[in-house]
Amino acid sequence: MRNPLRSENEAFRFLIACIIGALVIAGAAWANTWLGVAAAVIAVGAIVWWLKDEPVPGAADPTPRIESSTPPGMHRILVVAAPGTASVRIDDAASEVVVVVPALASTVEALTGDVDDRRANAERTAAALASRIPNARGEVGADDPALAVDDALRVFGADEIVVAGDDELEARVRSRVTIPVSRA
Amino acid sequence: MAAAHAEHLEHHGPPAPHYSSRVTPGVLGMFLFIASEVMLFGSFFTAYFFVRVVNGVQWPTPPYHLPVYVAFINTCILVTSSFTVHWALQSIKRGNVWGLRAGLLLTFLMGLTFLITQGIEYARIGFNTTNGAFPTIFFCLTGLHGAHVFVGLSILAFMTIRAFRGHFSAEHHHGVEIGGIYWHFVDVMWIVVYLTVYIL
Repeated sequence: MRNPLRSENEAFRFLIACIIGALVIAGAAWANTWLGVAAAVIAVGAIVWWLKDEPVPGAADPTPRIESSTPPGMHRILVVAAPGTASVRIDDAASEVVVVVPALASTVEALTGDVDDRRANAERTAAALASRIPNARGEVGADDPALAVDDALRVFGADEIVVAGDDELEARVRSRVTIPVSRA
Repeated sequence: MAAAHAEHLEHHGPPAPHYSSRVTPGVLGMFLFIASEVMLFGSFFTAYFFVRVVNGVQWPTPPYHLPVYVAFINTCILVTSSFTVHWALQSIKRGNVWGLRAGLLLTFLMGLTFLITQGIEYARIGFNTTNGAFPTIFFCLTGLHGAHVFVGLSILAFMTIRAFRGHFSAEHHHGVEIGGIYWHFVDVMWIVVYLTVYIL
């Protein structure tokens, strides 16, 4: 749904739509009050449909894939692991490793902010995995794994991503980045 | 890759704000603003419809009459002021500083005219809040909107002063854009109030 107050131009267009709706309602109410009420219901519905139907500019464009790099001589690995993952095998040549565990909350939990248990679970997994991998530290990521990778790469440049999860997660991560992605 | 690294090297001070939300802070802020206004006006409209539907009497309650035509002229003035603020923004986007100044000044004057007319309407309307639920909700709804117009006028006053001091240009006019959005919002709310209270 488009935000009618995103810019002055869109707010002005929204105002024009409201003026047209108001003229229809006033004209109908002139004949009969209940006809005006019916026109108001239809006009509000039409404006809501107009707001919902109109695509947000750029929303349909594919999300740009994230590039990542590290200074010469370093080899950093970003590990994405689902909560509960027991172990991950990592290349010994890695100079630095960050383990990101998405706090996989349900939609209802995310909307209501009831994510404490999920985060605690993710924290335990991240800490356990990080303790078993040399030069590693663990972090909890966003509830969306692709977003967790997105976030992690913006503060931790990596040369490679290792996914400890299912095919779907691997495919999603692969679609978001330009660096090599492999399964643990 | 290289660009991101270069950007990192050029950045000074603490890291840039980073957030995991799927909604940008600006859009989230605007949605919260709209939500708070919907709740605020919604509570007043709920009271209005409760008074009108539950009582089931003629609106406005006899012997009171609402100045529909004066309010219509006032509506026209307020709606026109949205066109002038839009003109002001379009002018400064093209680098026309005098168009911006004239547009903002006209908008301010029309907004002031609306508010003064509403004040005169209050003084001459013949009832007040002690005359029952209908007058009370009438003053609450139109007064709540009037308060928004007053806030909008304050914003417009600062915008106009800044315009005459040359603070805006074709490249930098964010202050006009934001004020314009608020003014259009105030206009839309008045259209809803006018239709609900005066027409239906």
